[in-house]
Amino acid sequence: MIKHLLSGGDLDADTATEILDTAAEMATVAGREIKKLPALRGRTVVNLFYEDSTRTRISFEAAAKRLSADVINFSAKGSSVTKGESLKDTALTLQAMGADAVVVRHPASGAPHRLANWVDGSVVNAGDGTHEHPTQALLDAYTMRARLGRLAGLSVAVVGDVLHSRVARSNVLLLSTLGAKVTLVGPPTLIPVDIAGALAPGTDVSYDLDSVLPNVDVVMMLRVQRERMNDSYFPSAREYARRYGLDGPRMRRLPEHAIVMHPGPMNRGMEITPEVADSPRSTIVEQVTNGVSVRMAVLYLLLGGNNR
Amino acid sequence: MTAYLITSVSVVGAAPTDLLIRDGVVAEVGTGLSAPDATVIDGTGLVALPGLVDLHTHLREPGREDAETVESGSRAAAMGGYTAVCAMANTSPVADTAGVVEQVWRLGREASLVDVQPIGAVTIGLAGERLAELGAMADSAARVRIFSDDGHCVADPLLMRRALEYVKAFDGIIAQHAEEPRLTEGAQMHEGEVSTRLGLIGWPAVAEEAIIARDVLLAEHVGSRLHVCHVSTAGSVEVLRQAKARGVRVTAEVTPHHLLLTDERAESYDPVFKVNPPLRTATDVAALRSALADGVIDVIATDHAPHAVEDKECEWAYARPGMLGLETALSIALDVLGPEWDLIAERMSRTPARIAGLTGHGVDPAPGAPANLTLIDPAARRTIEPAELASRSRNTPYARMTLPGRIVATFLRGEPTVLDGKAVK
Amino acid sequence: MAYPPAARPSPPRQPSVKVILASADVQRVVDRIAHQILEKTQGAANTVLLGIPTRGTPLARRLADRISTFEDVVVPVGVLDITLYRDDLRRHATRAVGPTELPSGGIDGKRVILVDDVLFSGRTVRAALDALNDVGRPASVQLAVLVDRGHRELPIRADYVGKNIPTALTESVKVTLAETDGTDEVKLYGGALS
Repeated sequence: MIKHLLSGGDLDADTATEILDTAAEMATVAGREIKKLPALRGRTVVNLFYEDSTRTRISFEAAAKRLSADVINFSAKGSSVTKGESLKDTALTLQAMGADAVVVRHPASGAPHRLANWVDGSVVNAGDGTHEHPTQALLDAYTMRARLGRLAGLSVAVVGDVLHSRVARSNVLLLSTLGAKVTLVGPPTLIPVDIAGALAPGTDVSYDLDSVLPNVDVVMMLRVQRERMNDSYFPSAREYARRYGLDGPRMRRLPEHAIVMHPGPMNRGMEITPEVADSPRSTIVEQVTNGVSVRMAVLYLLLGGNNR
Repeated sequence: MTAYLITSVSVVGAAPTDLLIRDGVVAEVGTGLSAPDATVIDGTGLVALPGLVDLHTHLREPGREDAETVESGSRAAAMGGYTAVCAMANTSPVADTAGVVEQVWRLGREASLVDVQPIGAVTIGLAGERLAELGAMADSAARVRIFSDDGHCVADPLLMRRALEYVKAFDGIIAQHAEEPRLTEGAQMHEGEVSTRLGLIGWPAVAEEAIIARDVLLAEHVGSRLHVCHVSTAGSVEVLRQAKARGVRVTAEVTPHHLLLTDERAESYDPVFKVNPPLRTATDVAALRSALADGVIDVIATDHAPHAVEDKECEWAYARPGMLGLETALSIALDVLGPEWDLIAERMSRTPARIAGLTGHGVDPAPGAPANLTLIDPAARRTIEPAELASRSRNTPYARMTLPGRIVATFLRGEPTVLDGKAVK
Repeated sequence: MAYPPAARPSPPRQPSVKVILASADVQRVVDRIAHQILEKTQGAANTVLLGIPTRGTPLARRLADRISTFEDVVVPVGVLDITLYRDDLRRHATRAVGPTELPSGGIDGKRVILVDDVLFSGRTVRAALDALNDVGRPASVQLAVLVDRGHRELPIRADYVGKNIPTALTESVKVTLAETDGTDEVKLYGGALS
């Protein structure tokens, strides 16, 4: 059993499938009058957030609370973090508080890996810099499986700013493990070097969204920050949207059954139009719902036994 | 002054002989020497090399005495077999005036563990905008001959041209930290598979190669001497090879860590492996090793860069780049090159002494030569324990690695700075 | 001639195994519980059987099957996974969570009969009662078990017991069923022979 969840690559197919199966059971709790399970009573989960991400934080908070864990939110704002306390000193503080798990969001890639060296409890990476966001990949996989019935053999296009996307890295790793085929699509400036060798052999790269769309089961649009054009990754938001944005006509090039995903928050009009985001193909709201179930499954997997 | 008789020692790999050190020089060399007043050191199995010379050391004083001082760095150097080090200018305040370089030089004299030769900054405050008073530093007591903005690249081509030209007046040399700044904004490690996987901003090889290519052309154009710091890529080796073939007056150094370690070390996210230029790929390591053997790269220089614990025990992106090197360099050279003693002496002593203009150093032990030398036990193996290092800092990338060779003794002008593998003072 | 005892080759020490119920016995016992349920519930109206995994699940199905054979009533069957309610989660590596499947009519206002294979400390039943409390509000809860081996650690008793087996704490009771293990059998494993 794994102790930390730092990367989508930490999970083998069996463990990932177990998480998805457990998440399916956890999802039934959401439909009950009493949305609570006693499995993590007496456990302490710390949400250590160095970046504002209300969505991810409340998703983990809801997950931990539904499992009856005690939740401590430790945000960089209004804490000693802003006074310049080092990550290591913060880790020692959490250790002294008896944290059984630390859910960490951090702007520096690899910060959760460092933290895992300094605390005895489990560390869950809730997004680190431009590196990974493994629970997002799990909830994406869960959503695909729920909508399409399987993961093995699916063709998934991940479109946009792959270079700066932790969602993309975790998805490539996890989906490859689970037998899906990933094609990364974006302008060459936003596709990192040696991506297939770096993450998963068999990962394809395309610079032409229109040629990819007719052959995919899933198209996952990544958030693209307008400010990237100041660094010459692309000339303008308008040109980006024209070449890589998903609008109505492009969506109609997809196979009948294909779904459209987005990790949020969306830039409507940039990478996705309102028509697409609000269409029946869009899973954007389900992704948020599934996030809680998947994070419950992850916390249970890490903390539910004596995996020390 | 105590005399020392070192018996049955191999001088730069030759057949065993005796060495008598008296009055700061090598007095006699030959078998069966006797000197009743001398302290005898059994040199059986040991190799004597001219004292090592480091072209690239960060001593951190003034400014970051918590990480290293001239004295602690000098002791680390002596423990590593060095008798002279060139102290980089990126201190606080920056060594960009005669006053600062003289201060460092004087601190080195006071410590008297190695000769500390200050390097002067090329530009005021390392800001890359205006030339520092290079002539004043050259004329100072520190007699500065090497100028470098190391840590920063002299990126402005006009400024670089002027610097190369200006130092000709006093036979100076510009040591360039080759890093195109726009291509390395925010860079954290070598740009490649590993950086992509780790989500760390890449430092592309071309950012180094483009500057070296430009600078060798500039040096050729103005007929000046250029020294390239810490060459790290296979492409840079090719640029240098072609420039040398054309007769450009360029010399180059490589660090021990670039000869041994690769970018895969970053997988741990432990910033002890964060360094600038970054650790590269196995292909680069192989190219650097062969360039060192065939002379395209002239020198092994440590880029010894001590950092306080809090600057390394943190997130990778927030850590300062750099690693310790002085106390492990010879072991790495031995590991990488094997017992090629003449080559090691050439790359770690004679050539760097010549480039730095340190006339008393880099001279093989022979009658009349200044007694700046070190004794190595090549058969010894040691496991590196950070806490046991003489440096004030602990950021060695070789922690718990077992490396060949051990420095048994080091002599500076006939006085031992290290005896029995321990610092004398 | 007799060898001194110490020189004798000692027989391999092995646990004693005793078959308590053979296959036909198991079927008879299930039939009896089905009859008892019909009798005690006056026809099993408004009743739901919830099996506790692993072997409570097939037992519940069998009971429903027998009840419908005897009286032509359909008793809804469900599965109640109690993993997340166990009080010993931290003593083991993380246990896999199984599905909980409630009958389509739900359990609110129903008579719920929990079904398990062995009643021992009572902790499983306590967990099941907690789980039940979170998924609905039954009118009443009863308990049916194939075997009661005693040694309760909680104030819990079964309403329907197939077989009472007096045991020592050092012994263990193992139920196998055709659906999960290939054969129907109840065995008692004792301590090693002395």
